[in-house]
Amino acid sequence: MAEITDTDPRTTTHPGKVPPSARPDGGEPESVYLTQGQLVRRRFLRHKAAMTSLTIFVVFVLFVYIAPYFLGYSLTNLSAGSYEDPSPAHIFGTDQVGADVFSLVMRGSQYSLQIGLLAAAIATVLGVLLGTVAGYLRRGTDTAVSRVTDLFLVVPLQAVAAILIAGFGGSWWLVGLVLGFFLWMPIARVTRAESLSLSQREFVEAARASGATTGRIVTKHLVPNMVGTIVVNATLTLALAVLTEAALSFIGLGVQIPDTSLGLVLNQNYTQLATRPWLFWAPFVAIVLISLTINFIGDGLRDAFDPRQTRR
Amino acid sequence: MAAYIVRRVLISIGVLFVATFLLYVAVASSGDPLAALKARPGISPATIEATAHSLGLDQPVVVRWWHWLTGVLTGNWGTSVALGAARAEVFPAVAHALWVTIRLVVIAELLALLVGCAVGAVAALRQYSITDYVATTLAFVLFAMPVFCIGIILKVYGIQLNLLLIDLGVGRWLTTAGPPDGGFTGSPGEVLFKFTGAYLLPTIALAAISFAAYSRFQRASMLETMRSDYVRTARAKGLSERQVVLRHALRNALLPVTTYFAYNFAAVFGGAIVTEQVFGWNGMGSLLVRSIQQYDPNMLMGWLMVTAVIVVLFNLLADIAYSYLDPRIRLG
Repeated sequence: MAEITDTDPRTTTHPGKVPPSARPDGGEPESVYLTQGQLVRRRFLRHKAAMTSLTIFVVFVLFVYIAPYFLGYSLTNLSAGSYEDPSPAHIFGTDQVGADVFSLVMRGSQYSLQIGLLAAAIATVLGVLLGTVAGYLRRGTDTAVSRVTDLFLVVPLQAVAAILIAGFGGSWWLVGLVLGFFLWMPIARVTRAESLSLSQREFVEAARASGATTGRIVTKHLVPNMVGTIVVNATLTLALAVLTEAALSFIGLGVQIPDTSLGLVLNQNYTQLATRPWLFWAPFVAIVLISLTINFIGDGLRDAFDPRQTRR
Repeated sequence: MAAYIVRRVLISIGVLFVATFLLYVAVASSGDPLAALKARPGISPATIEATAHSLGLDQPVVVRWWHWLTGVLTGNWGTSVALGAARAEVFPAVAHALWVTIRLVVIAELLALLVGCAVGAVAALRQYSITDYVATTLAFVLFAMPVFCIGIILKVYGIQLNLLLIDLGVGRWLTTAGPPDGGFTGSPGEVLFKFTGAYLLPTIALAAISFAAYSRFQRASMLETMRSDYVRTARAKGLSERQVVLRHALRNALLPVTTYFAYNFAAVFGGAIVTEQVFGWNGMGSLLVRSIQQYDPNMLMGWLMVTAVIVVLFNLLADIAYSYLDPRIRLG
């Protein structure tokens, strides 16, 4: 987890740092150039916790989408009895109405992942746009954006999201959409701060002097220089969205049948924890697996993009 | 300083004012208060129109919002329209629910702050030690868990502990379905027994998530402080390590966490809504769920208004506390 990985910039290869002895013929040392992307990739690949998490996450996602074709049951097939114990036919048993819990967990995971991805994508685009533009233009724009941010932070997101979801129906994409609209504020704050400091740099000034429009400076100069921050925060938002969705669906205010999610599966089965623990643990482990691996991947990305930053 | 506070207060009032309008539009557009009436068989359009008129529903949403807002400012929060609770006053209902929730939140947050800061500081002082690894792992796992799952697990094992205690002749200790209705009465010993029984599990469940955040935050802040120049100066003066840590480092390192706590209040409240549902507390969580499921717009607006005022107040306190405690913050 927190082992000292090789993220020290001094030990990674830098152009022109090859000692003269590296060339046996004593000629001009041949420099090894690594691009920023190569350095980041190398540091990430050496981050054990993050690589393990990435592997587990990818395998889990593939499994969740492929396994139901081979092992699953149609969720309309309710031929099994109510609350059957786990058996080779039903690995996690069946639920109250006789549906196969393994298939339910697979489908719940699919929907939870889709909701998380949709929410994270919307939140990232919104947050990055607002934050970067506010930090670059400053003055009135900045004030306006920070007031809007304050507005969105005024009530718990669970409450507003629940009200909107209840009003417009609980399909999975609506839940993702609504969560995305209430998760962009932290990203806007972080990118605003970075955009503020980047905007003072010479290359932005040069771009402005050569007549680049605001849109061009934001998309070609500011955003590419914040890729690290953006990727890390998008990852963490994904984990947060999965957890928030689970909480909403658990209290019955998120995804509604016929769509489903891990939170909804938990909602329908958690009362059985004392007598049939697998009904609780199966969806629970799926949620924790998703959010834990995503958090570790985000942590590894942070170290890879910015080795100077201490982990929190 | 005074000018800064006045400015912040005015901004907060402005934010609240705009927020009430947006929330009103969101609530108004997410349901139809006349749905139950329209679904009734044999209702004539004239009756529906008359009811809509008498409730003011035929007016534009801006007008309705203004009526509502002026009502709230003069102490009239409206009445519930939900079945069963019909004509119940909104404000007393929200106030009662808030009182239930706020006690839980305050106890849990104090616990989380205390333990989180202590663990984070120790982990930072012994970076990369076993203690640090254990604290980091614990925080990561708690962070990845949905709040309500900790509640569910605690509840089930709490019930088993109860059964064990009953076998031992102690009686039921942990209440897993809401605090006792009659309040906490009896001898001081009995009160303590009932009080801890009712609060222990929900408090732990709620504190666990905040603990994870605070301990990570405190660790980062402590690491930074320990590398700062003034800590080096304190060491160079020949102070004992104990004095350096307690007097110089820890006091400064606590600053970001305490303000983070205030900024984080909305999130904490959101967690409490869900945790309450698990333990069957009749607080803000169940009020929200009920009001949404029955579509009770007045109750929803009351709920949102009270929460918004609390959140804005906490943010304001955090801003003021931060600029007071850390003079380097520019008052702008």
